[in-house]
Amino acid sequence: MSTLDKTPVKRDEILFEYLVRLADDRLILGQRLSEWSGHGPELEEDLALANIALDMIGHASGLYTYAAEIEGEGRDEDDLAYFRDDIDFKNFQMLEQPKGDLAYTIARQFLFSLYSYLLYMELKDADDEQFAGLASKHLKEIRYHLRHSREWVLRLGDGTEESHRRIQDAFDDIWMYTGELFEMDEVDKKAAEEGFGADLAKLRKPWKEHVDEVLDEATLTVPDDNQYMASGGRTGFHTEHLGHMLAQMQFLRRSYPDAEWT
Amino acid sequence: MDEQKKLDEFQRRIDNGEKIEPKDWMPDRYRKQLIRMMSQHAHSEVVGMLPEGNWIERAPSLKRKKVLLAKVQDEAGHGLYIYSAVETLGVTRRELVEEYIYGKAKYSSIFNYPTLTYADICAIGWLVDGAAIVNQTMLAKSSYGPYSRSMVRICKEESFHKKQGYEMLAKMANGTPEQKKMAQDAVNRWWWPTLMMFGPPDDESPNSAELIKWGVKSKTNDELRQSFVDRTVMEAKKIGIELPDPDLKYNKETGHWDYGEIPWDEFWEVIRGNGPMNRERIRARRKAYEEGAWVREAASEYARKKKLRDEKAS
Repeated sequence: MSTLDKTPVKRDEILFEYLVRLADDRLILGQRLSEWSGHGPELEEDLALANIALDMIGHASGLYTYAAEIEGEGRDEDDLAYFRDDIDFKNFQMLEQPKGDLAYTIARQFLFSLYSYLLYMELKDADDEQFAGLASKHLKEIRYHLRHSREWVLRLGDGTEESHRRIQDAFDDIWMYTGELFEMDEVDKKAAEEGFGADLAKLRKPWKEHVDEVLDEATLTVPDDNQYMASGGRTGFHTEHLGHMLAQMQFLRRSYPDAEWT
Repeated sequence: MDEQKKLDEFQRRIDNGEKIEPKDWMPDRYRKQLIRMMSQHAHSEVVGMLPEGNWIERAPSLKRKKVLLAKVQDEAGHGLYIYSAVETLGVTRRELVEEYIYGKAKYSSIFNYPTLTYADICAIGWLVDGAAIVNQTMLAKSSYGPYSRSMVRICKEESFHKKQGYEMLAKMANGTPEQKKMAQDAVNRWWWPTLMMFGPPDDESPNSAELIKWGVKSKTNDELRQSFVDRTVMEAKKIGIELPDPDLKYNKETGHWDYGEIPWDEFWEVIRGNGPMNRERIRARRKAYEEGAWVREAASEYARKKKLRDEKAS
């Protein structure tokens, strides 16, 4: 949604917008995670991060496909992933931030996987059969992502002095991007009214409680919520990182739009 | 039993087609050869993630992105699997890794070439994985049990990679003019380095005879190379790709395809470290290893603390 877009009104328009938002989150995070491929600290982690990246892109692909079907204008998952610009992408700003060190990647993964877990627990009962089906299928994988990242938060937090410092810095850095995860804009409200969207504001409490619990066990300090919180991802307002990521991701597909690649 | 008797018994078991297992007696030299060969193989799987990983972020569709990510992930798995198999010979993964990123241990030279276009990813799948399959199908019958078993499993996945690469290359070779150009160009660049993957010609391959005697290998480098050429010629024809060798022609007498002179000077140069990407590959692996040190330390420190806590609790 750029500043020029209108808020969707009809059920299908709202559902389309809702699906694309979720898909954008997952594609962008998957793209970031895939940067670890071949560069992880240990082969086991290379495997695990590639696996999560693969799940993220798989989830995005399922959501885009369904969104395109709802839209009914002959677009497909690749049209949505490859032929939109950064002002049209709706992902949270947290997810487009550079991968950083493993501590940053893990801190983000933990916060987002926990959020996704709570969100998908709601979405699996969405009043739309196909959407609910996707959500409950993806939920199984999200559980694994949450477990994996939680274990690493504990290891890094309660590991060495250096790892503790690094993961604490990562949580401190990333915290300003957690605010927008729980914002309810018009689309979210309408989606909730239509019976296929979750009340995000309500997720905040269980999310925070679990974060507090895990960070406490990891001997880490939970950053202060009373600080500047970034916002705007859902309206297509992004940090400068997204444009560069899309330039790389989309260049080949856009350079030869008539070529067949699938 | 004296040494000669042990050696005779060992050779008898090999000649009978028995598998040698980690706890069995084996000549020192057998152990050393296997460590060398298997660790080179494991390093190759890991370094091989780099040229292909180079295109994950730029893959031209979500499907292609998933396929490539899964493939690179498989290679990490193969690396892990083979490292575990080498560890049965009494070495550690860490020692082996440090030998190639800081020392003189080798990995397959093919990964010292760059992936310039997306068609390179397809050509690697078809040619490089295709060549690996020819080699690994033989190694699946290797006399060392853990190596042989790891090859059986890996071959299945490699066959899948080859199929995916070949199909996408076929699509490009029959696609737009730009796709055709990329496809043919990739094959032109990857053909000769792929033939070099089988190692130097038999008369310059110092380890072959011994490895064959001990049942680690059952075919020579040249035999494997020939078998790869024979099967690839037809596959190329089928998708309208030309192999860049004007001397390639069918020999009725031998029933094989004769091929031109392999640029061995280039091969030795790349082995010496002077390939287009040698330094970059080692630099990337070293960086990952060094930047991962604090993570590995944290994991083992956490494990130590946890063990202490668990012991106290019980």
